[in-house]
Amino acid sequence: MAPMHTAVLTKGVPDFREGKVAFDEEGHLERGNTPTVMNPNDEHALRAALQTRVRHGGRVSVMSMGPPGYEDVLREAMASVYADDCVLVSDKQFAAADTWATAITLATALERLGDPDLVFAGFKTADGETGHTGPQTCWCLDVPVVTHVVALDIDPEDRTLRAKRLVEGDVEEIETVETSLPAFVVADPEFEPSYRTARHRLERKRLRAEARERAEDIDDHLTYWDHEDLNLDPDYVGLDGSPTIVSGVDPIPRAPAEREATEVDPTDPEAMGSVVEELTPYAGGD
Amino acid sequence: MSSEPDVGFDSAAAVDGGEAFEAVVVGAGPGGAAAAAVLADNGVETLVLERGVEAGSKNVSGGLLYAEESAPFALDDLFPGVREAATERPVTRNYMDCLGDGNVHTIDLSGVHEHDTAWCDSVLRRRLDSWLAERVHERTAAAGAGLLTGVHVDGLLWEDGEIVGVTCDELDPIRADLVVAADGVNSELAREAGLMDWDEPEEWFQGVKATVDVPPAAVNERFGIDENEGVARLFAGDLFEGVRGGGFLYTNRDSLSIGTVFHLDSLAAERAEPHELLDALLTHPHLGRWLPDEYEEREYAAKLVPDSKKAAHPSPHRGRLLLVGDAAGQMQAQGPIIKGMNHAVSAGGLAAEAFLEARNRRDTDAAGERYERKLHGSGLFSKLKPRRYGAVGRLGEREAVADAVDDLVDSRLGRLGVRVAGGVVGRAFNSPFLLGALPDTRSAYATVPTVLAEELGAPVDAENGAEPPSLEERIGDLTYDTDVGNAHIELVDDGYDASGAAVTACPVSADGFGGGCYREETVRANGDEERVVSLDTQPCIECGTCAVVAETEWTHPRGGKGVDFHEG
Repeated sequence: MAPMHTAVLTKGVPDFREGKVAFDEEGHLERGNTPTVMNPNDEHALRAALQTRVRHGGRVSVMSMGPPGYEDVLREAMASVYADDCVLVSDKQFAAADTWATAITLATALERLGDPDLVFAGFKTADGETGHTGPQTCWCLDVPVVTHVVALDIDPEDRTLRAKRLVEGDVEEIETVETSLPAFVVADPEFEPSYRTARHRLERKRLRAEARERAEDIDDHLTYWDHEDLNLDPDYVGLDGSPTIVSGVDPIPRAPAEREATEVDPTDPEAMGSVVEELTPYAGGD
Repeated sequence: MSSEPDVGFDSAAAVDGGEAFEAVVVGAGPGGAAAAAVLADNGVETLVLERGVEAGSKNVSGGLLYAEESAPFALDDLFPGVREAATERPVTRNYMDCLGDGNVHTIDLSGVHEHDTAWCDSVLRRRLDSWLAERVHERTAAAGAGLLTGVHVDGLLWEDGEIVGVTCDELDPIRADLVVAADGVNSELAREAGLMDWDEPEEWFQGVKATVDVPPAAVNERFGIDENEGVARLFAGDLFEGVRGGGFLYTNRDSLSIGTVFHLDSLAAERAEPHELLDALLTHPHLGRWLPDEYEEREYAAKLVPDSKKAAHPSPHRGRLLLVGDAAGQMQAQGPIIKGMNHAVSAGGLAAEAFLEARNRRDTDAAGERYERKLHGSGLFSKLKPRRYGAVGRLGEREAVADAVDDLVDSRLGRLGVRVAGGVVGRAFNSPFLLGALPDTRSAYATVPTVLAEELGAPVDAENGAEPPSLEERIGDLTYDTDVGNAHIELVDDGYDASGAAVTACPVSADGFGGGCYREETVRANGDEERVVSLDTQPCIECGTCAVVAETEWTHPRGGKGVDFHEG
């Protein structure tokens, strides 16, 4: 049985947190003045991949498509999943790609990586928010996709995968599905890795120590691929290969921040009584 | 305990009824580290489970670490380089200051300090234990397992009435041929096995400590030492309002450990506030010459200390379970001798040897019996529980005898005797033989030192401007990872008679203070008033005092939760 090979897709996105993100006067994102961070949802994909690695061993690769500045994102992703290596698919020809052109590019890169047994992705990016890229990529690869996964059980010998997934994104309704490897797994934010055995925790600790050593010379583990490496025709990637047309962007008007507030002296029993009266209807029960 | 639904698939171990290791060591203090190192070095697949986020984060000691010439194991033999890497300073000077009526009389304790001592270093536990844990992980990993932090072993795994392993909050049950409980003074495993209890306040001390920030150069200058020297001072006399106990000051690399240790029964009976007793020492004029102008406290900590004379278990094992260190009550406190960690190291080594011998004979179930024989045969147990104490000490503690001795020493005749015999008293405090018989009465801690100071002492000539933080500030300065919704201590009886002593005895609670663990409250119902006690475990520093003085269901917090000591 060959060791498992797992790949995790990640993306750099603008840091939309308050105080980090910059907008111009018309409300458009100022990309140059906003730092790039790892897409927050990719965290779940990395957690799922790490659990797979701890339980079944093998090799984990991290892959991203973007400008050379994404290197820091890959570094972060590599550190959090204790990855063995990472690939940055980077070329001016790939710029301004929509989800379709991105999927073609990523699928080609995954083939070049050696057709991993499992590919993990987060369920959508914080900038585009389409949730298309993952499913389109696995369509290109012609492998099954399981989305909204909250728990995984892999049998590397039978080359099967059982997954618990949320139906309609609701934790109240969970179904179990089974498919064969290779497969594409989209981890849900509800994905909780489980390390309930001492041996799994010891393995995770061993991998962490190894990853720290690799982090010392990360350049030895980082590969860049451009369109020539992937043998991709520039007409089918990047802006030229993107059928999606963004006709315009409408800034969402800020919600009014006005609220009615009354100040109450906590030592004044009468005033506090009125607070209780106000809140009673919301308290529920009796 | 978690309220979240478990949506994951069962791990293979849960399906098979638990994973197995040859040995499980619970707790990564010096005792657990010693046991694990000896086991792993002899090829035993050893899993070490530590509940702190890092080894040392739950551990507090005074703390002086001894290596005794007569002991079967010394920490630096098991862990070469430990003194260079992880201890503070070697103690090269050792004194006891008797304080009374503004006077101080100093006794040089070199005699007792150097007796049987190969070396003695001051330590801070976070640094020491985390360093040891790294070495332990390397060695246990090489033997097929390793050390995990953040795992709380919460009980024993039983099968047909026999102990076959451990259960954990964070992991599926683990089976093992050997379970070493080195899980400290409040060992849940020792209690589940019925070997130890929290019943008698007389069996315990409570220690409270402040780690005070002082730059290395200032330590050297204020104590007149160089960087390879250190000072240990003990304090006794009239500074603690008659509560039985004393104080200590140890020099570290760049800080001072200053603390107080009191008999828990005395502390509870006097309704004394531990933090106030500590402050009485910290602000005493005598300490002014050592404390920095700007008093800055790095950490406030506390710990329950077993009195081995009463609490050390003569056969600390049951089936596959062997108790080591504080978990077995192996903490020697006799007058100025305070030795715990070294005995835990010896016991850990002996427990491991006992298992190895039993394993060679394919009879691992005999490890406990062998461990017991080694504890007694090596002389360790007689250090913990001297027979002399049994004959003389217990008699001396009976109230009538104690009062008579107190009155005698304090009488004119007694004072004359003290003047004549001042040097003799100093020699007595330096005699390990006599200290073994020393009764735990007011005479030893308060009356004799006070009279010594009054009759023979010189006036204290220092001034002390130290302003220690309030209890509220001390709690605020500690780091906690609160396990919201999972209180680890449950108050079983909230009546004031049953549990009221915790309001004062708990080191993070105080009478009239609302920000601590225990509070007194008055409940009015049906025209009656009732005094009750309420508990909030958020500020808990996990010392275990309330398990002894109040009616509680006491457990440690889940792995990685609760207080996180940085100094310890």
